[in-house]
Amino acid sequence: MTTDPNLDSPRTAVSNPPVQPTRANLGPGDLIRSSATPDLPPPTRQLTPVAKLIDVSKCIGCKACQSACAEWNDTYPEVEENVGIYENPHDLTPDMFTLMRFSEYENPQTGDFEWLIRKDGCMHCADPGCLKACPAPGAIVQYSNGIVDFIHENCIGCGYCVTGCPFDIPRISKTDHLAYKCTLCSDRVAVGQGPACAKACPTQAIVFGTKEDMLAHAETRVEDLKSRGYDNAGIYDPQGVGGAHVFYVLHHADQPALYSGLPEEPRISSVVEGWKGPTKALGLAAIGVAAVGSVLHGLMTRANKVSAEDETQAEQLVEGREPPLRPETEV
Amino acid sequence: MARRMFSAAGDHIESRQPVTVSRYRGFTRVNHWVTAASLIALLLSGLALFHPSLYFLTGLFGGGQATRWLHPFVGVLLFFSFLLLFLQMWRLNLPRPEDRTWVSQIGDVVRGDEEKLPELGKYNAGQKFVFWAMTVLILVLIVTGVMIWEQFFGNLVSIQVRRWAVLIHSVSAVAIILTFILHVYAAFWTRGTLRAMTRGSVTGGWAWRHHRKWLREVAGRREGGPAE
Repeated sequence: MTTDPNLDSPRTAVSNPPVQPTRANLGPGDLIRSSATPDLPPPTRQLTPVAKLIDVSKCIGCKACQSACAEWNDTYPEVEENVGIYENPHDLTPDMFTLMRFSEYENPQTGDFEWLIRKDGCMHCADPGCLKACPAPGAIVQYSNGIVDFIHENCIGCGYCVTGCPFDIPRISKTDHLAYKCTLCSDRVAVGQGPACAKACPTQAIVFGTKEDMLAHAETRVEDLKSRGYDNAGIYDPQGVGGAHVFYVLHHADQPALYSGLPEEPRISSVVEGWKGPTKALGLAAIGVAAVGSVLHGLMTRANKVSAEDETQAEQLVEGREPPLRPETEV
Repeated sequence: MARRMFSAAGDHIESRQPVTVSRYRGFTRVNHWVTAASLIALLLSGLALFHPSLYFLTGLFGGGQATRWLHPFVGVLLFFSFLLLFLQMWRLNLPRPEDRTWVSQIGDVVRGDEEKLPELGKYNAGQKFVFWAMTVLILVLIVTGVMIWEQFFGNLVSIQVRRWAVLIHSVSAVAIILTFILHVYAAFWTRGTLRAMTRGSVTGGWAWRHHRKWLREVAGRREGGPAE
């Protein structure tokens, strides 16, 4: 299978790269959101929404996706100490954008031991909390195909994206003070290739294509799992964040927390909404009114001036000819 | 040594013809302006990261990265310079019965009818409000600020606590800016006040008009002052 250069986004990750030169097709005209940019011009076209589907039931925990991710993004995650678990590194880092998380689960219904392996990383939310929280114009953008990307030249390293994200994904580098996370291989997608992790996955547990195709594929996977006795199999495509462009098929979709704490009903925290909504608008308005109001009041009303009489009284006091106390004054 | 209830140790009659009264010594004034400069730097850099329409203010500090880096350090500077002001001033800013009367007659204050108001010590209730508002807000800002200081304390608190910290930090910042505006406005509106923080002294008339108990106590202390 080859990639059709006339398509606005790749339909699969398994095809080989096009042999003919391809122009990068994710440009400024494809942005539908940009952090701290309220007056972003509308996109010049609508790209087909894409998605990465992670079918947890097919994952064998080989970490080919992690290796491919580090290789494509040219990152060198630190080799950490083995503490008796398979996770390596132990958490997402500024150099490790995706991480296999392993949890051991003893199913009380069947008595079976289950090894639940989930590939963790950015969900590419339709309503991204990181982007909402970001104070730097254009540091976080969302393309019309759904990819949420960090633009490092605009990033200031404040960590507000960490505060905004409902999935605890972004990491701030201690060396260059920039935020990092999965880009959904926007640089590959822009030239007709699927993400590196999906390309590397030996069992097709990670597949990539249009969101529509991926949802249809996920449905068949859920059906298959149900036929094998996983009655609670289902799709994890959280609607609290408007749906996501990375989503899961889970054998226990009723208990996402089993998969290393996948949030039950993720949404942007109301605290973050309150901070970026009313506080921002009302706060600035209050400051503006107070500043302008005090200048106007200062110009238009009489100031409180010391009179010559006050000075005379003070002199008499200091000379020891103390004027009488006001009757109501307690001494 | 004379009993001091309404004045600080260093306050003294500086000259008698015309009367000027020393209100703040040199160290206090320098420290006050360090605090003021820090607060202005903090509000400009903080506002730049608070609202997109003010992001251009990062240009004053050398860009977004530099603003992000600088803001917390200036905050620490302000915390310590204000701490010194606090230690010097807290006693004279404790509430007194006449403050209640002053607040209940706020109309007379705004009209400048001070003869209708009780005589006051070194600070009136408005100044005391600014003092305690600054104290509380600076404490809240430094604590929440450290919690969201990504560069050094990125893992200090959980993300949920961090969300509350950033919300409380921004609400407190708005409150301290409003307090700052009130403080500056009152200092300008009450003519003759600014020189207390520039030259260090006020005229006798100013002291008589606004802080008569303070003036009485300072004048009552004989020539030598603290050395007697």
